[in-house]
Amino acid sequence: MALLSIRNLEVVFPLRTGTIPAIQDVSYDLEEGERIGIVGESGAGKSVSAFAILNLVSQPGYLSSGSIVFEGQEISNADDETMRRIRGNKISMIFQDPMMTLNPVLTISTQMEETLLAHTRMTREAARSIAIEKLRAVQIPSPEKRLEQYPHELSGGMRQRIVIAISLLTDPRIIIADEPTTALDVTIQAEILELLLALCNDYRMGLILITHDLGVVSQISQRILVMYAGRIIEQGNTREVIASPAHPYTRGLVGALPEMTRPGRRLNQIPGTMPSLQSIPTGCPFHDRCSHVTDLCRSHRPDLVSGSRRAVACHHPLTG
Amino acid sequence: MSSDTLEISGSFRKRLLDSPVYYSFVRNPTAMASAAVLASFILSSALAPWLAPFDPWDQTQFDIMDSEIPPAGSDGADGRFLLGTDAMGRDMLSTILYGTGISIVIGVFATILQAAIGVTVGLAAGYFGGRLDSFLMRIADIQLSFTTLMVAIIILAVFQTTVGPRFHEDFAVMIIILVIGVAEWPQYARTVRACVLGEKKKEYVDAARVIGLGPTRILYRHILPNTFSPLLVISTVQVANAIITEAALSFLGLGMPVTKPSLGALIRNGFEFIFSGAWWITAFPAVVLVVLILSINLLGDWLRDVLNPRLYEK
Repeated sequence: MALLSIRNLEVVFPLRTGTIPAIQDVSYDLEEGERIGIVGESGAGKSVSAFAILNLVSQPGYLSSGSIVFEGQEISNADDETMRRIRGNKISMIFQDPMMTLNPVLTISTQMEETLLAHTRMTREAARSIAIEKLRAVQIPSPEKRLEQYPHELSGGMRQRIVIAISLLTDPRIIIADEPTTALDVTIQAEILELLLALCNDYRMGLILITHDLGVVSQISQRILVMYAGRIIEQGNTREVIASPAHPYTRGLVGALPEMTRPGRRLNQIPGTMPSLQSIPTGCPFHDRCSHVTDLCRSHRPDLVSGSRRAVACHHPLTG
Repeated sequence: MSSDTLEISGSFRKRLLDSPVYYSFVRNPTAMASAAVLASFILSSALAPWLAPFDPWDQTQFDIMDSEIPPAGSDGADGRFLLGTDAMGRDMLSTILYGTGISIVIGVFATILQAAIGVTVGLAAGYFGGRLDSFLMRIADIQLSFTTLMVAIIILAVFQTTVGPRFHEDFAVMIIILVIGVAEWPQYARTVRACVLGEKKKEYVDAARVIGLGPTRILYRHILPNTFSPLLVISTVQVANAIITEAALSFLGLGMPVTKPSLGALIRNGFEFIFSGAWWITAFPAVVLVVLILSINLLGDWLRDVLNPRLYEK
């Protein structure tokens, strides 16, 4: 039994101009201690699918169908009280910009103790010692001093470590990291990724890493899900997917990595942009950017066909 | 809220001395002067029972024979009465000291009441939005469309006639606080709502929700502290406004009774005698009132400039 099992998840945004499906038919499992990466362009539905797990899709969006089973319990229609016990407690989340996610006017200690006290009855002293322990776990030097500081007094890397420490406070089963390194510079980025990887191993936590950076995913996650226009179009073992992408879009993404280009040449790119979710073309949503397009692609949308651990939604999957 | 946020730790002093607010304060003579004036008013009125030569609330302590003695330095002055006496023979200095205290207490507590109502309404309206927002803000609009003075006059006039003067004397302070507090809450509600609309889109609110905090905790512990700087600025204005409103009400005879006069009641009290030459009964409380309001407003101006970094460049 998977720790988290998502089936046919659909989130829609009813707008004046019509109902927009932000994600459709998203299904995946997360085993205990497993690390998966969700990759895709902006607007592909990565973040929405993560927020949907916590039932925190921003207004006016809502979860219109599908099921989310966490630890054997259906939580897609759970009430607020149940969800509040899961959020930040069993499933916690790390956001992109640590400057924005820490409250600018509260000290680090207030913010950390707050999280603990919201979930467990304990004294402030007990909360404080747990906070210090977690700050040590994310390798923050002299944590006692940091606790008394405000977010603006700390560097970007330090802030992101603190955000991670906050997410660890209640020993969650799953961490959802929404582009955790995008706002950081490259050297710090590597440190934070290493830290996340080490923490997941130490605490046996599941990780859902959301990113548009294939390089980041390949460093951390065991499995990869590629999203395009609100659907999963390819999934499988990270190494296999990157070594031999089956969907032309995935191949395009891999090909667009700067490492794939010889110095002096122009970087490869996928022509065109992702279709607006308001006007997803018939057939395969990728068909007008695809070099392998046929009439079948224009008229029929390919389903996600799964092999053993590999699945791809394409009429003409690439091989080799 | 828990007490630890208010706890003054060892580093608090250092933090205060290092803060830009303090930096700007010690370099701004106007702010320092008005803070000094305000502090001396607060201190002297708080210490009035020990500082004042007489107790103006104790009718046995003054004598009608001492009435309308001019202040020191004029003809017929009496050494006992530095600022002269009023028509009842009360020492003006003592009465002003006590009266300033009443005015400040009314100003501060009326503002606290306004803030308590306004902040709650503003937080709820801004955070939950939709119908609740429309409903609460329309109530605020309606409340604002009645001027404070009008509401206060109606309520106080009705109150005075129904409960009788004795009861009114005992509860005047509380009633005035209540009336001014209720009449002016929309100022806070609007400011807080506007701030919340800006703040609730920020990621730290998402983060707080993801942590599993409930709306009350998010609103009061996370969003509210981020709206403190505009609140602090309007609070100074509101305290000054409340003091003026109270003075106006007292001047109209609807505020504090003559037996326990505030600054406004003192001004009214002496106004009848201004043409008979006893100018000091009105003039001294009026000067105190003006200086008090001016110092609060100047302090508020300075605070607004410091807390709004966009004004630094000017």
